[in-house]
Amino acid sequence: MSGPASILPLRAHRLAFEAGGTRLLDDVSFILPAGRRTVLLGPNGAGKSLLLRLCHGLLKPSSGEVRWAIEGRRSARRQAMVFQQPVMLRRSAVGNITHALAAHDVPRADRLTRANAALALAGLSHVARRPARVLSGGEQQRLALARAWATEPEILFLDEPTASLDPAATRAVETLIEGFHAADTKIVMATHDLGQARRIADDILFLHKGRLLEATDAAAFFEKPQTKEGRAFIAGELLW
Amino acid sequence: MDSFVSAFAEAGALLVSFDPDFLSIVGLSLRVSLTAVALACLIGFPLGALVALTRFPGRGVAILLLNTFMGLPPVVVGLIVFLVLSRAGPLGVLGLLFTPTAMIIAQTILVTPIVAALTRQIVADLWVEYGEHLRSLDAGPVTTLATLITDARYSLATVVLAGFGRAIAEVGAVMIVGGNIDHVTRVMTSAIALETSKGNLSTALGLGIVLLFLALTVNAAVQIINTSAGKRAALA
Repeated sequence: MSGPASILPLRAHRLAFEAGGTRLLDDVSFILPAGRRTVLLGPNGAGKSLLLRLCHGLLKPSSGEVRWAIEGRRSARRQAMVFQQPVMLRRSAVGNITHALAAHDVPRADRLTRANAALALAGLSHVARRPARVLSGGEQQRLALARAWATEPEILFLDEPTASLDPAATRAVETLIEGFHAADTKIVMATHDLGQARRIADDILFLHKGRLLEATDAAAFFEKPQTKEGRAFIAGELLW
Repeated sequence: MDSFVSAFAEAGALLVSFDPDFLSIVGLSLRVSLTAVALACLIGFPLGALVALTRFPGRGVAILLLNTFMGLPPVVVGLIVFLVLSRAGPLGVLGLLFTPTAMIIAQTILVTPIVAALTRQIVADLWVEYGEHLRSLDAGPVTTLATLITDARYSLATVVLAGFGRAIAEVGAVMIVGGNIDHVTRVMTSAIALETSKGNLSTALGLGIVLLFLALTVNAAVQIINTSAGKRAALA
């Protein structure tokens, strides 16, 4: 969104992650170009959250690497992540956003304007001064998205952002995600919700037991999965 | 029983008399302990947060030492500061022994580990919650530290109280490095010790009651600030 060159595409090369002797992610490679919305799909424990964290740099891979078109701090500042449980600072809603802008060295004079614009976009202007931690679950997740929006990321990672929300709140969050997409922010979202994947995905990365089984166009995936795990998952049969 | 009754009478008399000697003792107690706690916080907040957030060789030992130093015996601290500040000691030239400054130094040494150790625990707990978000923001060390200390402010207020309680109540360190000199380094605790040894039990008890009353006032003030501010911000 800002700056001359793009940090995208993101290249993951032979990523593996081990913890306590268990290989939780194994030999995962893909390229994420700008524009298309990518959904990491798979059952619980497939390694979706782990993969998001590796891409975002919150975790270091045991082997393999994540490469951006631009490396270093400039790439880190142009990414944002929204978690399943939104992390709400012990501040007002608007304070949560100005804090993020301050962390990104946005000049003090611009912070409030940008924060208020982001709150308005998320429909949260009326609770701007309320402590973030007394907001409802849906409001908190919208605030987390507004906070990410204010920092103008080129890529937004979302880790099951609606897993603990009711249908109305889920719709509101999905609308906001659509807003990011419309503003040319690359969407990378983990979900185990098939309906949500169908609504949002342009591309699917289908993970199962720490391995990337399919990386394909969403329509093609839902039409005709290439693996038996993919077929079983779409059919709603449990996969462990 | 009599001594208790007369102690309360004495305490009441002391409180309402505005006796200049008594007021100077109370004033010095507050000045020494509040200054020491302020200094201890200046050192202990960032120190505790640093130990909580950084990984370095010997960190486990550092935490063990911090936790152990929470229980430093005041007389031992007093003795060490005495040796350092005495004429033959390394800082003897400063001529600080038997001054309020020496007492402040000793109490700062006593309180700093309490502030640092409790701050470490509080900040470490908050980091569990905030860590991924702050790292996702690519927040630098200064921003990270400032965020955690700011957002832990209500818990840290309790830490300040614990430190103040330690400072205002101790007698061993201030007695050794201050010398309990009338009008110069006499504070409430050393005055109580002196009056007790002279047999003036009711005066001693009266002073003790005033000391308790002071502690109560400080705690109540912080609690009021905490609840009203806490309600406003619902930060729990």
